[in-house]
Amino acid sequence: MKLHEYQAKQVFADAGIPTPASQLASDVDGAVAAAEEIGYPVAIKAQVQVGGRGKAGGIKLVDSEDEAREAADEILGMDLKGYHVDRVLVEEAVDFTNELYVGITMDRGEGKPVAMVSTKGGVNIEEVAEEDPDAIAREHIDPSFGMHAYQARKAVYDAGVDQSVARDVSSVLTTLYQLWDDRDGADAEINPLMVTSDDEVIAADAVMNIDEDALFRQPELAEMEEEAAGGDELEQKADEYDFDYVRLEGNVGIIGNGAGLVMTTLDLVDHYGGEPANFLDVGGGAKAERIANALDMVFSDDNVDSVVFNIFGGITRGDEVAKGINEALEQFDEIPKPVVVRLAGTNWEEGMEILNEDLVTVEQTLEDAVQRAVEYAAEVNE
Amino acid sequence: MSVLVDDDTRVVVQGITGGEGKFHAQQMMEYGTNVVAGAVPGKGGQEVEGVPVYDTVHEAVAEENADTSVIFVPPAFAGDAVFESLDSDLDLAVAITEGIPTQDMARVNKRLSETDTRLIGPNCPGLITPGEAKLGILPGNIFAEGNVGLVSRSGTLTYQVVDSLTNRGIGQTTAIGIGGDPIIGTDFVDALELFEDDPDTDAIVMCGEIGGEDEEEAAAFIDDYVDTPVAGFIAGRTAPPGKRMGHAGAIVSGSGTGTAESKISALNDAGVPVGDTPEEVADQIEEFLA
Repeated sequence: MKLHEYQAKQVFADAGIPTPASQLASDVDGAVAAAEEIGYPVAIKAQVQVGGRGKAGGIKLVDSEDEAREAADEILGMDLKGYHVDRVLVEEAVDFTNELYVGITMDRGEGKPVAMVSTKGGVNIEEVAEEDPDAIAREHIDPSFGMHAYQARKAVYDAGVDQSVARDVSSVLTTLYQLWDDRDGADAEINPLMVTSDDEVIAADAVMNIDEDALFRQPELAEMEEEAAGGDELEQKADEYDFDYVRLEGNVGIIGNGAGLVMTTLDLVDHYGGEPANFLDVGGGAKAERIANALDMVFSDDNVDSVVFNIFGGITRGDEVAKGINEALEQFDEIPKPVVVRLAGTNWEEGMEILNEDLVTVEQTLEDAVQRAVEYAAEVNE
Repeated sequence: MSVLVDDDTRVVVQGITGGEGKFHAQQMMEYGTNVVAGAVPGKGGQEVEGVPVYDTVHEAVAEENADTSVIFVPPAFAGDAVFESLDSDLDLAVAITEGIPTQDMARVNKRLSETDTRLIGPNCPGLITPGEAKLGILPGNIFAEGNVGLVSRSGTLTYQVVDSLTNRGIGQTTAIGIGGDPIIGTDFVDALELFEDDPDTDAIVMCGEIGGEDEEEAAAFIDDYVDTPVAGFIAGRTAPPGKRMGHAGAIVSGSGTGTAESKISALNDAGVPVGDTPEEVADQIEEFLA
């Protein structure tokens, strides 16, 4: 779960990390009032969950009321890489001399948290990592002890941060780790961490991703989730139904159980000349209602021309799957898109007996099911 | 022969009084697994499916000589359950639970390095030695006794590949689902080493997926140490880049690893053919065994 910038900044500020003065606004008058109160120049920043907001026109620096009004009017309501902008953060523009990067994440290869510091902040840090990996200092943390102060200092000195701000950057890094640890962070990042002409450091952006699996013990952050949710209609629907869902460009809808098997189904659609419209994993042990919800999701995508259902039951039962498919399809006078079903594993025979074969096409193997769905999708486009 | 699990394995099921724990304890016993105890705090003294339940894993070890645990404990408490099994000096702990917070697993991972217990999972289907014993939730009926070792990050993909093998009359020594979480106990390299050392395993299937660098590491290990022929499969060739990996996560390594292409080419460089479909993997294994 990713927090919005304004939410992450609030969490960081509450922990004691310096952030610029800012206010959230959802209309032009509110944005202008906020700018007047903070004092020019201010940055007006679209609050949507996409990278590269600045380049896409979602962040504007303004010097006067007229400019603030114009910028707020332009940004509010705009469509930014598919996301509707309905809120802006109006923020004090920091006069800086230098930009740094600090971040904490889990290094899955090491199975340990890692703190990262770079003097190449303010730019796309992924490109830095790719082209000049040595420009990012990395310090692994033993999760049973937490970050020692010397480790924060070491990372900061290894990165070549200037002496004049080293102590403050170390302190920000230590606080960021504590925050990451206390709040079950997946990633916590500040890019850029700006250095002012007075040698003060200030977090000009804030990224906080929370481990979804730990939200049960982070009630305060879980409350932010509803606000943080967004994205397109289908992705919101997937959130409501609690599916792992990714929308793609193609026209063959895909539903399966287990991420590896669903990905394999996508790959086979591609292999047989089709294009996957989505990734949808119903997870383990799905009951009939969940299966019906999955079909509802995929039918809601106008790009979908055919659907392939691939279930290999372990903990998931074929009879429940078949019930769900029947329930979802029996409500239509005419099935909106052809559905191909492949059931294997636990209770597949019971499932096949229940499944209403007037409504779907049944295939025995994964390969046959995928090929049939690809054929159906191709027929629609002929 | 087999690796890690056979009919001598003495299993304690942590969480045996829960719905999943009870159902799968029963399924494991029907398959022939020697389930000797359950462990659930506050439920000591009960019996489930004829199996005595203890309050702690330590008691299950003392009273029933359990040497292996299978964990069906809800995510909020599963990290603690794994700690308990490590503290009980078991040989093997298999964590089926999905959704354990990553930071809990980082702490488990640290403790694991200080003990002799082997962990499989979490978020995995478990492992099975066909005809002898299964630990976890795998559907036993699709497996057959034989000479192919299988290791996979994905549960349902394991079933798919095993089904292709079994349908051709190719059985398995042991199949291990290592789980797809960011932090897991036994990884590909550990499993490959076990199969390489098992005289009855004549070929190995390794099923990976995008994300992380475990497959690249496995490829390097195969190149250096594995003589048994290995066939691979990598799921997620068509997955959109950047959708699943967090921002900071992507810059840890700072190189182009983690994609399907990098994994496939690393495996190919190590002499491992990677199938485009599960059936092609089975074709390859058939060829190895011919």
